[in-house]
Amino acid sequence: MSETGEERNVLGGWLLVLPAALFIFAFTNGPLLATLASSLAAAPIAGHGGGFVGLQNYSDLFDDPSFLTSLLNNLLYALITVPVSVVLALAMALGVNRAFPGRATLRLFFFLPTMLPMIAVGAIWLFFFTPQYGLLDRATSLIGSGDINWLGDPDTALAAMMMVAIWKQAGFFMIFYLAALQNIPPVLHEAAALEGASRAYFFRRVTLPLLGPTTLFVMVTAVINAFCVVDHVIEMTQGGPDNASSLLLYYVYNAGFRDWDINSAAAATIVLVVLLSALAALLFAVFGRRVHYR
Amino acid sequence: MDGDFGETRAMPRDSEAAHRGAEVALIGVSKRWGDMRALDNVSFNIAAGSFTVLLGPSGCGKTTCLRLIAGLETASEGRLRIGGRDVTALPPAERGVAMVFQSYALFPHLTVAENILFGLKARRVAAAERARRLKAAAELLGIDELLSRRPAALSGGQQQRVALGRAIVAEAPVCLMDEPLSNLDAKLRAEMRAEIVSLQRRLGITMIYVTHDQTEAMSMADRVILLNRGRIEQDARPDELYVRPRTMFVAGFVGTPPMNLLPLVRQGGTMVVRGTSGPAIATAGARGLVAGIRPEAMELAETGLPLTLERGEYLGADTVLHCRCGEEALPVMLRPAGRVDLVPGAALHAAFPPSAVALFDAESGERAD
Repeated sequence: MSETGEERNVLGGWLLVLPAALFIFAFTNGPLLATLASSLAAAPIAGHGGGFVGLQNYSDLFDDPSFLTSLLNNLLYALITVPVSVVLALAMALGVNRAFPGRATLRLFFFLPTMLPMIAVGAIWLFFFTPQYGLLDRATSLIGSGDINWLGDPDTALAAMMMVAIWKQAGFFMIFYLAALQNIPPVLHEAAALEGASRAYFFRRVTLPLLGPTTLFVMVTAVINAFCVVDHVIEMTQGGPDNASSLLLYYVYNAGFRDWDINSAAAATIVLVVLLSALAALLFAVFGRRVHYR
Repeated sequence: MDGDFGETRAMPRDSEAAHRGAEVALIGVSKRWGDMRALDNVSFNIAAGSFTVLLGPSGCGKTTCLRLIAGLETASEGRLRIGGRDVTALPPAERGVAMVFQSYALFPHLTVAENILFGLKARRVAAAERARRLKAAAELLGIDELLSRRPAALSGGQQQRVALGRAIVAEAPVCLMDEPLSNLDAKLRAEMRAEIVSLQRRLGITMIYVTHDQTEAMSMADRVILLNRGRIEQDARPDELYVRPRTMFVAGFVGTPPMNLLPLVRQGGTMVVRGTSGPAIATAGARGLVAGIRPEAMELAETGLPLTLERGEYLGADTVLHCRCGEEALPVMLRPAGRVDLVPGAALHAAFPPSAVALFDAESGERAD
């Protein structure tokens, strides 16, 4: 009796999950498998050839200097934008977590870039970066220089993309830190003050560990952003000059939609997914164990 | 104590431990937030090594008072002295006080041992000394087994002990406690009451303990400072507070059930309870008076104060009788021993000795006899 009841439960459970599972397979897992298959195949040329080619697309990819440049650019891009955004977000959150006149306005200013679409952000920064007339050059002209072709110089184009990304996402991460900071009971400050803990000691021993779950979440989000947001590259530099600001996803976009080399784009996508999963797993492995969840 | 028992009966605080506590004094201390006066010109002197309870209803200023001593708030007026030192302008860490918070304020990500040692590490106490104090505190509180656990894995009572441990290892001469037992169940609360008192006696520290629970105040304190609306109503030993309340507020606050307060009116040369024609309670004077009589001082009798029974509450050792008195149906409670079976609506009489009557000025609420 109880066994048939349990069996019916299992069946009922699967039936309940089925619609969602179908959608997830059709729109997430299915395309991923299709991409994987496509990355192992070649398109027929003039009706000849094509079919399964094994890892040929991958070895072609790693022989393509523009792919390697995009890969290295993206790793550097992540290496800089992730920690800088996270530290900046924490600093901003700590700054606006105390009482002072104009606090609400300052919070709004910090958060404003997040609410703008990336395309609008790109347009704003195109103005900032304009040689001689742009905001940055006007500012730097006050101290001497003032004629830097931010987006046109291979030495500065990638750095310019990083600035845009950090400006756009730090305010978003700040909101998470602010929420987490307000979850720390003020009585802990008081207890620590009585125990003779300095502010720095309290920050290191209490605040930072209690923000651990937020930091992990923000880091993973920042890593995903670093590999999956390229609107500004498309709008501002098209990866140039000379691939200096090209990122992985931009390479995929070009391979797929400019060159119509679907199989090569699929292979690059698989590399991107594997890389991203590995980085996320690494973050969880390194930080996840030390994070204290309440 | 002299004689044969002198040595063994002396409490530690009378002997070697006495020097460990420090005297705490408030001199004309006020605390205002805008127009709100949380504490109004409060002065008292707490002896080194004593156990003092700050008692009062919520909003009376007792917690503000404790936080001022801790340095978590700054006084709007007045001075604070601890151990003879003026600490009015000192930060909390330099005042020589430890504190146990109502919510315990344990660090959730740290183990019990790390929580207890938090302050010692912050103050860079040497590792060997830290270990010695941790061991002593853990043994004293019986939490050896828990040292590697996190606060979330502890019961309320265990968390309470850890918070106590953190206060003890600081070896501060003054320990402040803000309603430390209010989150515990009744049985545990009774146990912890006794334990905290014995701990304070053993360590010889000055304890200042905030509560709204008069049972805690009566059973733990050497001295009770009863606050109301930011002012001191009475500052006395628990028995004095009970036997000789200085104001009507004290009379109505202390005791379960509290003192019966009955307004008196003149009748010839004597005064009787309003709405009755006798018996005489006091000789007539110029002022309006209120009589205070403890429920347990009243006995059921053939003659005396006429009452009508509303309901009885059997509590085991005694019964609380809720009655109404006279034309104005003034509430009166009696507390005869044992079980008293009476039908609601029954007419009763209460008798009491003249010495059981406390008289208060009806206007000021101050003691008038």
